[in-house]
Amino acid sequence: MLIKDVLCPFCGCLCDDLAVEVDNNKVVDVQHACKIGSSKIMGHDRIKAPMMRDDKKGEFREVSYDEAINEAAKILANSKRPLLYGWASGVCEMMKKGVLLNEEVGGIIDNTASVCHGPSALGVHEKGMPTGTLGQFANRADVVVFWGCNPVQAHPRHMSRYSVFAKGFFATKARRGRKVIAIDVRKTDTAELADEYIQVNPGMDYIVMSALRAIIAEHADVVPDNVGGVPKEKLVEIAETLKNAKFGVIYFGMGLTQSRGKYKNIDNAVSLTTELNAFTKYSIIPMRGHYNVTGFGNVCAWETGFINAVDMSRGYPYYNPGETCSNDLLMREEIDAAFIIAGDAGAHFPAQSIARMGKVPVVQIDPFHNPTTEMANIVIPTKVSGVELEGTAYRMDGVSLRMRKLVDVDFPSDEEVLDKIIAKVCEIKGASA
Amino acid sequence: MSELLIKNATVYDPINGINGDKMDIAVKDGKIVDSIGGGAQTIDAQGRLVYPGGVDAHTHIAGSKVNVGRIMRPEDSRSGIKPMTKITRPYTGYTVPNVYAMGYRYAEMGYTTAFEAAIPILKARHTHEELEEIPIIDKGGLTLFGSNWMVMDAIRENDLERLAAYVAWGLLASRGWGIKIVNPGGGEAWGFGKNVSGLDDPVPNFEVTPRQIIRSLAEANERMNLPHSIHLHCNNLGHPGNYETTLDSFDICKDIKPKRDRQALHVTHVMFNSFGGNNWGDVQSKADVIADYLNSHDHLTIDMGQMIFGSATTMTADGPVQYANARTFKARWANGDVELEDVSGVTPLYYSPQVYFYGMMWGIGQELALLTKDPWKVLLTTDHPNGGPFVNYPEVITLLMSKKKREEAISKIVPKAFEHCMIHTIDRELDWYDIAIKTRAGHAKVLGLIEQGKGHLGVGADADIAIYDIKPDETDATTEYDRVKAAFRKAAYTIKGGQIVVKDGEITATPMGRTYWVKTTVNNGGYDRMMEDLKMKFRQYYSVNMGNYMVQDEYVQHPVVVETEYAEV
Ligand code: SF4
Repeated sequence: MLIKDVLCPFCGCLCDDLAVEVDNNKVVDVQHACKIGSSKIMGHDRIKAPMMRDDKKGEFREVSYDEAINEAAKILANSKRPLLYGWASGVCEMMKKGVLLNEEVGGIIDNTASVCHGPSALGVHEKGMPTGTLGQFANRADVVVFWGCNPVQAHPRHMSRYSVFAKGFFATKARRGRKVIAIDVRKTDTAELADEYIQVNPGMDYIVMSALRAIIAEHADVVPDNVGGVPKEKLVEIAETLKNAKFGVIYFGMGLTQSRGKYKNIDNAVSLTTELNAFTKYSIIPMRGHYNVTGFGNVCAWETGFINAVDMSRGYPYYNPGETCSNDLLMREEIDAAFIIAGDAGAHFPAQSIARMGKVPVVQIDPFHNPTTEMANIVIPTKVSGVELEGTAYRMDGVSLRMRKLVDVDFPSDEEVLDKIIAKVCEIKGASA
Repeated sequence: MSELLIKNATVYDPINGINGDKMDIAVKDGKIVDSIGGGAQTIDAQGRLVYPGGVDAHTHIAGSKVNVGRIMRPEDSRSGIKPMTKITRPYTGYTVPNVYAMGYRYAEMGYTTAFEAAIPILKARHTHEELEEIPIIDKGGLTLFGSNWMVMDAIRENDLERLAAYVAWGLLASRGWGIKIVNPGGGEAWGFGKNVSGLDDPVPNFEVTPRQIIRSLAEANERMNLPHSIHLHCNNLGHPGNYETTLDSFDICKDIKPKRDRQALHVTHVMFNSFGGNNWGDVQSKADVIADYLNSHDHLTIDMGQMIFGSATTMTADGPVQYANARTFKARWANGDVELEDVSGVTPLYYSPQVYFYGMMWGIGQELALLTKDPWKVLLTTDHPNGGPFVNYPEVITLLMSKKKREEAISKIVPKAFEHCMIHTIDRELDWYDIAIKTRAGHAKVLGLIEQGKGHLGVGADADIAIYDIKPDETDATTEYDRVKAAFRKAAYTIKGGQIVVKDGEITATPMGRTYWVKTTVNNGGYDRMMEDLKMKFRQYYSVNMGNYMVQDEYVQHPVVVETEYAEV
């Protein structure tokens, strides 16, 4: 059976044009996806059953779902400062349950954005975000900037579907009608494909942006001959190109959010974009990683008022990044239990945070083994969303789509597991109240 | 089988002509009935004010622009906080509350229905995800069509059948209740950073004018027999001198015969579109001219868009206006272009009473309501959260009911404001009956919700009822405005579908409300022509596939679907 219009549960492009051949309840072929997308859908080794161990160095033993769920609930209910982290590679329906669970346990809910595009959110708090949907850019953009991102590797179909090679209503000549500028500290494969590559010295993005803003504001006189490794003439030339666009778009990645300056880079990039709108039309958009990391930010915002890092210990949402993000809490050794779902803390957190996680009970909910498993006390495998489960996901531009189910499996969904944990937590807390 | 009897109520139910009568109201299974047996739960209203549940025909409560407002403004979410309880989830926010606070606060004020005023079709799924999470109140939304390529292409080719077929499809795709038009054509122009300036200024690349867009959509609206009329946010919003465009826009629909018992045109937040003068130095209120028009024409209704001093988060599909606001006030700016369909912008503002043109705007909203004779023609809104948050409705009610209250307010506003408007010269004071029209009956009528049992207390209506802790007989609203305001802030009881959801201003239950949308059948060649065009647009220009575009049933868990059929007029 060929299933059409399938969504890809891998990157923030959330491609929705896949065709998947399913035979005998098995995915046998994936069409139109890129390599990383199709390999996720084709599937690989799963955690087969729930597992527990008391000693993190010891062996896991297989247990029933009920036993694992009850133990996980006990850990959360008895914890004073639990961290509920992850919430990226799953559907919005489970994220809503996550926010509810966090209310019940008075914990901190934090999303993987904390270690990637969290600073973008701070940039939005400072300056906003003039943006649009990817189709708008595909139809109109004649100047495309990739700043600190490398879609060739991280978002393989981005260029063909939305940004560089895509034809559009106004962009009839596709690649030939577009000027592509890559700005990065090293010559990535994306930079290889660009018309212009601007090499910035590491950590110098902020001042390069400031120089561009000064030139655009007709203050080129204050710009020195070389800014962050870029000759002034080059910057003047780039500023001209930017201003003369009919429609320009700036895509940015972790090269901006996680390098020196962090959220201030985004603040500055948004200012640059806003100012360019005095001449022509400009948009800016973060290149989000996981297919539904954008979904969590949305769900968390409409339910709590805040995008991420929400501390419920006071009975109401409290948000203060720098204080309430996962690594702030882990490094202060505040966390006394960790609940990791649909995200891999083990692979992405700094050593000091990992060390703290080594000392507290860790519950992991995930279909797959990953470095977090090595630190876990309880592991509960669930369905792979978008392959074995339908539900909502938000593309990097905030367009939400419904992911399809392709095959049936016996694993429970994240949502079902969360429902049971919430019920059990309420039971334990109710009894002790 | 739940039964409820409200005894000794002082009832205002304008749709049924009830004006302060002392009566009992019987409720059975969520509906108003003639009478019930003796065993029913009883509330003794003791002569207190009883209204149908409040209805808000124009508010921004859900969807991507609201959520962008939350994301952009953590400082806003840090206000209005109320911790979770056994019954309620936590409240956050003032201008952009979280979904729970949206539902709870409307219910606390005796409101039971609210309609989101702008759904972009491509992002409708998101809007419904939020609507589904807003507790208690019934909902619906208006779908944006004013800068849509399918719409403009059909209009350019003068193909009304195809236009109607697309609008029907768009309402189905977005699960929408009616046609919203924002700055017609201006959204498309903003795609390249431009705008349209007047009703006859052609939309770049599409060779249609705002006038044609308004007229054609109004005609299609009647052919489709939709419950609501077109819902228009005029061109040139916020510009000095824009009242002329507003009057011109009113005129476009003058000779359109509505198929239903309602207006042919609803124009929204007219406060922002009633400016005379040529610039911000000589800007002035033209509310009197707008009111004159309303007093001599019956084809349209408007809402006030009353401004509230303090913090506001402006959000609108009028993209160019938001960019201008952000530039002028050096404010944060979020823009949200939606491919092929529309645009939007979000900008936080602070309306200071020391800025004379804000004082003037404050005056204009009330002038529109007070200078227009027929209360049914002007609805009370703040265009939440553009003019200010909906929690300020009690403030607006008291301003309209009391000249003394207005004088008190005026004394706190920079005097220069009153060289630019006329609110200080108006003596009219509205009564309880007028307020019932302006906050519920009128909204239900304008939206076409009376048949759905909204906005009134006749037999068969939904048992959505508000009891306020104030006795109209014993209260002089023209002087005791603090008491009136307190009463409207926290209903003594809010009853939603026969269930008590608020008692003494506190939430007591959180049932889920319903979502209203319209399904129109278009059975003619226009449908096939539209489909051919639509498939082409998806193949070539949309970034999502047609098979994934339409809002699925899963996103509207408690639907009420009203069906209509296309017919030539
Ligand atoms: S680009 Fe991203 S969403 Fe598209 S197929 Fe590849 S991994 Fe999947």
